[in-house]
Amino acid sequence: MNKYYMSSLLAVFALAAVAYFGSMGLPWLFGILLPYAAVVVFVLGFARKVMGWARSPVPFRITTTSGQQQSLPWIQQARIDNPSSTVGVIVRMALEVLTFRSLFRNTRMKLHDGGKFSYNLEIFLWVGALAFHYAFLTTLVRHTRFFFEPTPLCIQFLENADSFFRFEIIYDFIQFGLPGIYVSGLVLFAAAVYLFLRRLFVSNVRYISLASDYFPLFLIIGIAFTGILMRYFTKVDITAIKELTMGLITLKALTFQVPEGISALFYIHLFFVSVLLVYFPFSKLMHMGGVFLSPTRNMTGNTRQVRHTNPWNPPVKVHTYEAYEDEYREKMIEAGLPVEKMPEPKVEKPTEEEKKE
Amino acid sequence: MKDKKWIVLGLVVFFGLLLFPLAWNMLVKAAPAPEVVLTKKAKAAKQCVMPKEYMTSEHMQLLDLWRHSVVRNAKREYVNPEGKKFDMSLSNTCLDCHSNKEQFCDRCHNYASVRPYCWDCHIDNPKGEE
Ligand code: HEC
Ligand code: HEC
Ligand code: HEC
Ligand code: HEM
Repeated sequence: MNKYYMSSLLAVFALAAVAYFGSMGLPWLFGILLPYAAVVVFVLGFARKVMGWARSPVPFRITTTSGQQQSLPWIQQARIDNPSSTVGVIVRMALEVLTFRSLFRNTRMKLHDGGKFSYNLEIFLWVGALAFHYAFLTTLVRHTRFFFEPTPLCIQFLENADSFFRFEIIYDFIQFGLPGIYVSGLVLFAAAVYLFLRRLFVSNVRYISLASDYFPLFLIIGIAFTGILMRYFTKVDITAIKELTMGLITLKALTFQVPEGISALFYIHLFFVSVLLVYFPFSKLMHMGGVFLSPTRNMTGNTRQVRHTNPWNPPVKVHTYEAYEDEYREKMIEAGLPVEKMPEPKVEKPTEEEKKE
Repeated sequence: MKDKKWIVLGLVVFFGLLLFPLAWNMLVKAAPAPEVVLTKKAKAAKQCVMPKEYMTSEHMQLLDLWRHSVVRNAKREYVNPEGKKFDMSLSNTCLDCHSNKEQFCDRCHNYASVRPYCWDCHIDNPKGEE
């Protein structure tokens, strides 16, 4: 047992209990006020954090240069891994943001029997992270059906594509299959659980895992779990829920009237989401905005072509050696010190008398 | 920093996407939640197959059980907790009482953005009413 994940797990259970019991007496608090407050905190917190980063100076080029820099014309440059142009940087950033390229590079060292040493591709974190993020995105986009009436055609297409796999399980104690299965929701849950188990069972990852790593994972697992329960197991009244969400998005919910017939499970789901939104700007989850601002990725590696001066260097008074020598040349010569530039020997002008001669 | 304008632009785009549903719903008036209409026959029956709360949220589950029971086990009779008997049939039972599919099933489904594929095979107007 480990205090970090136990405390996070207990915190998430406590949040669920708060929403469960709270929503019985105060549905307007958990259904309307807290979600609104959470969105406001999210937007302001996110903007504050990013503007804080925007204000921090980045004086030097600190790009990670994972390839050949631009050099002599006959040496091939790694245009994406060590970009020297803005286009290269954009491609590099797009690959990082969309395909998590730096995670793909993950390697693990291995010692073999014969004392041989090798680096192996360690691909599972990358696969898990990719599955997790894209499933999250798909689920989130699909959820906009609760915020538009009628549901836009593109969302309907996404729903159709996502519910492409139909399978049904029917036993006395478990019935599963109608409404249709959304793959993304299940992948999200499975990937989040995998990412947790990885922290739990890989000892060196567990060693560096803190409560702030476990808590968001549990929270997201909780969101996915309550969502899956709502859709496939203890079903909820979607019409009433959509009435509430449409009220929220049209600001009609400001009358604090909550439709009848919404189950506590939905309030737990919504409360988890509200907590996630509030937690987001103050946590490691801000890597969502931060990835775009990583100075090791988003700069051109052109330190050899362009001179980068620190923009806030104060103007320094310099006294070059040349100026110094100009000033003291005579005295230096008198003292017998070597000088770089000898004064031109004075060509003695012929005096009037000599001219006459 | 000369990058600040790009960072602000990125933030504006992100918040624009996030708050787009809000803006859209300010401009376009959303349809209200649907009113489902009960037919005379349903009104006379007063009760659905199961209690209303169960039907509202779990009717697809019930249909799934019915289908399974008919297609796999060849059992066509369903007895509800009150002891009332039903022929397990989508078109002949559900749509007997709810023969106004457009004003009943469809209204709800359009609102919730679900498109049951059942009607690819099952007839949705067994009595041929308009
Ligand atoms: C109170 C509104 C309401 C009414 C009335 C209603 N449905 Fe539904 N139905 C729903 C909702 C909401 C869902 C989707 C549930 C979800 O997304 O979790 C659904 C889903 C279904 C599904 C599963 C669809 C799928 O492929 O996922 C079937 C089948 C279905 N309904 C059949 C019917 C039939 C037949 C009728 C008319 C006799 C009917 N429903 C009336 C609200 C309603
Ligand atoms: C005997 C006639 C009858 C049959 C058969 C019947 N229903 Fe109903 N249904 C009703 C009545 C009456 C109501 C309204 C119940 C109420 O308001 O208490 C209702 C309500 C419903 C609701 C809830 C509507 C809402 O406003 O939330 C759904 C969904 C529904 N029925 C689906 C079905 C499905 C699916 C079937 C087939 C499995 C079916 N019904 C078979 C009479 C029937
Ligand atoms: C590929 C065509 C097809 C589709 C799609 C389909 N069914 Fe069926 N269904 C059948 C056939 C064939 C039977 C068997 C009819 C019989 O034996 O009376 C049947 C039987 C049933 C029965 C029991 C018998 C009866 O008269 O209704 C139910 C209930 C049922 N289906 C529900 C559904 C539901 C709900 C859906 C949508 C989620 C659906 N079906 C989609 C072909 C289909
Ligand atoms: C962080 C954001 C969220 C995540 C990750 C999330 C995740 C999920 C998942 C995985 C499901 C299971 C079914 C599916 O895959 O669609 C689900 C269902 C559901 N979610 Fe969410 N959710 C989020 C936000 C919300 C919000 C803001 C609301 C409403 C205000 C909401 C309401 C619902 C409802 C009503 C269901 C049941 C859907 C059904 O029965 O068809 N969720 N959610």
